[in-house]
Amino acid sequence: MTIETVFLLVFALGALTGAVAMFFLRHPMRVALALIGTMVSLAAIYAQLGMHVIAVFQILIYVGAVMVFMIYAIMLLDVRDRSFTERFSPLLLAGIAGLLLLLGVLVDGLLRGQPFPAVDVPPDVFGVGAFAIAFMDQFWVYFALTAVLLLVAEIAASAVIDIRRRGQDVAAGQAERENGHG
Amino acid sequence: MDDTTLLLALSGLLFVLGLVGVIVRRNLLVMLMFLELMLNGVILSLVVFTQLLGAEAGAVLVFLVFVVAAAEIAIAVPILLLLVRTGHTLDPGAYAGLKG
Repeated sequence: MTIETVFLLVFALGALTGAVAMFFLRHPMRVALALIGTMVSLAAIYAQLGMHVIAVFQILIYVGAVMVFMIYAIMLLDVRDRSFTERFSPLLLAGIAGLLLLLGVLVDGLLRGQPFPAVDVPPDVFGVGAFAIAFMDQFWVYFALTAVLLLVAEIAASAVIDIRRRGQDVAAGQAERENGHG
Repeated sequence: MDDTTLLLALSGLLFVLGLVGVIVRRNLLVMLMFLELMLNGVILSLVVFTQLLGAEAGAVLVFLVFVVAAAEIAIAVPILLLLVRTGHTLDPGAYAGLKG
């Protein structure tokens, strides 16, 4: 067993531990911290595989943006809510049965699977320079399309909030008129 | 078990744990985190195959998935906060009326 395999095993175990801990932790803040642990372990696995760009993006985007945003949201919420004090829904037994079934399928697939043939990959194909050149040379249209999709999604979210606000204004106006007539 | 099989097994496990977490947990925000766990499992398998085949298009695809996931959270969390303002709870059972 090489040292690379040992590191992969350690980080895989870290990711799995975080994922399992997410089930048993009650408070969403602790669940978020367990998820951050899983994401950092995955970033370490990506770095171990030589995908340094992906590892950096995993930390920057997921841990740095997504999880910080979620932690802000948790800080805004009331911890006396029932969903904070009771961990599991009534679907717990069905979920455990599904978990066992899916694990069986996974183990069966692993036992039957053939080893993957190794492809001769140049050492610097996933370096920052190679990634940047390929990204801006071949794939910039896809990134521009993604940016347009994101813009549409943000406009849709703003529209939803605006519709809700107008609905509240109309309801308040009706209530005021009814009080005036009364 | 070689490294590739180990990582694919981890990817499958993360996906399965995320799926079951979405089903069994009671808090909408925690369910959203389990959705992220599922997405991380899928991204891990994409990274493993990208590295195995030496396809740089896979790395670009992973980056685009990261961007879309960040936008998804940026929209999902405000929707959750709006729900809490309306129903005063994050228990999905309280919103059964949304079924129509």
